[in-house]
Amino acid sequence: MNGRMTPIVTTIAALLFPFVIVFSFYVIMHGHLTPGGGFQGGAIGASAIVMLIVAYGVKEIYKKTGDETLSIFESIGGLIFVLVGIIGFIMASSFLYNFLVGKPLFGDIPPFGSNPGELNTGGILPILNIAVGMKVIGGLASVILIMALATEGGKK
Amino acid sequence: MKKAIVFIIFAIFLLYTAYELRPFGEIKESKMDDYIIENAQNETGANNVVTSVVFDYRGYDTLGEATVLFTAIAGALVVLRWRK
Repeated sequence: MNGRMTPIVTTIAALLFPFVIVFSFYVIMHGHLTPGGGFQGGAIGASAIVMLIVAYGVKEIYKKTGDETLSIFESIGGLIFVLVGIIGFIMASSFLYNFLVGKPLFGDIPPFGSNPGELNTGGILPILNIAVGMKVIGGLASVILIMALATEGGKK
Repeated sequence: MKKAIVFIIFAIFLLYTAYELRPFGEIKESKMDDYIIENAQNETGANNVVTSVVFDYRGYDTLGEATVLFTAIAGALVVLRWRK
């Protein structure tokens, strides 16, 4: 991870990056319909950023993003999770109560049985999936970025 | 000597527990499984019953998992972040 790799590798990494990110968002958003969810989709998104780190070198990615941005991203994800739980406590009976079932936002109830693929279902589950996905993307990417930076600094 | 006695007692305990286990796949009580399979879609509105268990019925567990992740990442960042 020292410095840029060859132009072939960097070009292919830059071409693949949006597709991997879109696939990660797909896995996160469809967490309540298909296998997967926040943790898995977040790991895919973090691996996309790790691919950029390997291809372009740590210094360049660190200059572009910085680990503080990713840490703030992660903390916002955790805050959304806890806030949704507290809102469930206020609007309904208990902490993390699924208060959105029956409401227009994510509130439809799917028919019993196999998966018709309606995205507007699940109550608070999509919101929690997005929060956990933000947490995992930010956390894993920032910790790998800072570990690569620390090992590179130690070599000098 | 004391360690050997403790080890033998613990080994006997483990072997007895393994002998007393039910065969794999035979459940004794299936009320909760049936309840979740039948009612999860109506109560949470999600097709994926695994996600509805992880994020709704066991939401505290997921919150703790996220907290463990947060703590591990915060520790790694505190140890490894270097400033000039």
